[in-house]
Amino acid sequence: MSAATETAMASGRVSLSLQDVRKSFGRTEIINGVSLDIANGERHAVIGPNGAGKSTLFNLISGRFHVSSGRIELRGEDITNLEPHVINRKGLSRSFQITNIFPRMTVYENVRCAVLWSLGYKYSFWNRVGGLRDAAQRTDEVVELIGMQERRERLAGVLTYAEQRALEIGVTIATGPDVVLLDEPTAGMSHSETDEAVELIRKVTTGKTLIMVEHDMGVVFDLADRISVLVYGEVIATGTPEQIRGNKAVQEAYLGTEQD
Amino acid sequence: MKPVFHKSRLIFWGAVAIVFLLLPYGFSGGFALSMASQMGIAIIFALSYNMLLGQTGLLSFGHAVYFGLGAFMTAHAINWVGDGRIWWPITFMPLVGGLTGMLFGLVLGFVTTRRAGTPFAMISLGIAEMVAASALMFTTFFGGEGGIATDRTFGGELFGISYGPQIEVFYLIAGWCLVGMIGMFAITQTPLGRMANAVRDNPERAKFVGYNPTRVRWLMMTLAGFFAGMAGSLATINYEIVTAETLGLVASGNVVLMAFIGGIGHFWGPIVGAVFVTYLQSALSTYTQAWLLYFGLLFLIIILFSPGGMANLVTLHKPALRAHLMKRLLPSYALAAATGALMLTGFVALIELLYSHGGGDLVSLFGLEVDTSSTLTWIVPVALFVVGIALFRWALKFVRRAWDEITPQLQASGVV
Repeated sequence: MSAATETAMASGRVSLSLQDVRKSFGRTEIINGVSLDIANGERHAVIGPNGAGKSTLFNLISGRFHVSSGRIELRGEDITNLEPHVINRKGLSRSFQITNIFPRMTVYENVRCAVLWSLGYKYSFWNRVGGLRDAAQRTDEVVELIGMQERRERLAGVLTYAEQRALEIGVTIATGPDVVLLDEPTAGMSHSETDEAVELIRKVTTGKTLIMVEHDMGVVFDLADRISVLVYGEVIATGTPEQIRGNKAVQEAYLGTEQD
Repeated sequence: MKPVFHKSRLIFWGAVAIVFLLLPYGFSGGFALSMASQMGIAIIFALSYNMLLGQTGLLSFGHAVYFGLGAFMTAHAINWVGDGRIWWPITFMPLVGGLTGMLFGLVLGFVTTRRAGTPFAMISLGIAEMVAASALMFTTFFGGEGGIATDRTFGGELFGISYGPQIEVFYLIAGWCLVGMIGMFAITQTPLGRMANAVRDNPERAKFVGYNPTRVRWLMMTLAGFFAGMAGSLATINYEIVTAETLGLVASGNVVLMAFIGGIGHFWGPIVGAVFVTYLQSALSTYTQAWLLYFGLLFLIIILFSPGGMANLVTLHKPALRAHLMKRLLPSYALAAATGALMLTGFVALIELLYSHGGGDLVSLFGLEVDTSSTLTWIVPVALFVVGIALFRWALKFVRRAWDEITPQLQASGVV
């Protein structure tokens, strides 16, 4: 554990902890022993070149893939290899790199689907969904938070790309998580759209733990408290933005220099 | 808790109830009454099927299993009432069938709903085949080839209702049909109903908002089993006999056709499909022996040209209706209908000639006596058919042009 991690840990409880997590597909090892502790309320960015295993790491944490070995803890509780919906109910929610929403539902219905479980409605077939005041209120809050009040009756499938990305984040946070995983939230956006997205992320993750995969270094240095650099399935450095900027190994990995 | 229904919905269901109540006065004769009874049963069955297909995205080829098991259980239950072994009024017999269907939905659904998509369709087919085979093997319960006969009057009279006359059975079916429609509509408005849609559209995402797609499918299957069993129960009361055919693959296929023809994307689509298909099966079969061929063709045409079924044709025209632009479409539709009728006449004449060709030289066609050995008899329908096709295609151009003309206006008026 690096010194920076220790200071972060000292200042708050550990929210998410990865312990020597490994994942291989056949003989190819994609994640090669990742250990990482993320503090409560921290905004943490995972960066690294293409194919480093960033998305795979997210898939392991959120339960989409099973780990080959290692352990993942959420607030000290073992969540390794649990089903995605079980992990979500424990307060960890994620977004997707490729927009993953309910295209044939309206913006409002998309968000409402995401609030139902956390409000305890589960598989109810005896409540009328339109009559659930708390669900309506929570849905309205989220729709307003992502700035889509005027689009609320639009079908999600016909929204613009940036709007869909915003809805993706809305659906992610509507489940009321403490830990939010965002997978490349600004990918494919213009400059102005990116700026708006950064503001949105800042707003919706207030008081939550955020872990995000991001390629845009502007976004990373703007938002992140700490950064981890993933190269070939290994974390080669973790630290504050300043520490990462000055790190030799990181510079080499990004400039493509051969390591001695 | 808030009321389950809006005022407008109460009025709507009230209107449906009144229509059901007055229906027997609108027509005369036993044929119409028995057809209306069949329609009521078909409506419940088709709606319950659409809980799987339309709402949860599960293409089942074995839904008659739940219908049939509910029907068999009901036959036994009525016979037990006759033996004096149990007491249960006929009026509430559909609950027996419903619970039977539900139980089997729970048990079989546990296996089938672990997969969606093509694997689910194949598993449902396998289960259907298995149950149909069992029906001929376990003769104590299924009665073998003869099935299980029963008598709906076994229960005796209750409040002056004996269920002897068909009219009383019709009202029983209509009542339960209303209950079923309201119940199944209400389910679409619940958290489970909405999450079923979510699972249909994107099961992956549903997991990441806390829902287990397998559990959602399983619950929907169980509930659909209840309504299918209820429909089966009413069929037993209506026909007073249940055979293995009731739960066979043909019956399962039939409900797929009903749902698709009516339209699986709308709640009321299967209702339209059930009424229409039941009518065709009863009425068309009295006119021609080749009715199955026409029925198959109709299915093909709908799947090819209006994949959303008949319900989709209506929704397609809603914007034009609202913008008062239907009058621009109607002339081209009339032209298409006229030329289409020409084409169809030729086609039907050909089919009927071919169908009855073996039966002798003189056949009756559209009420005319025609001689199949004369060349003219064959040339005229072929000519009608070929010319009809050409004219119909020409007429379709006008339909397309009319749509192209009104589309900008529809967009401008903001109804699209």
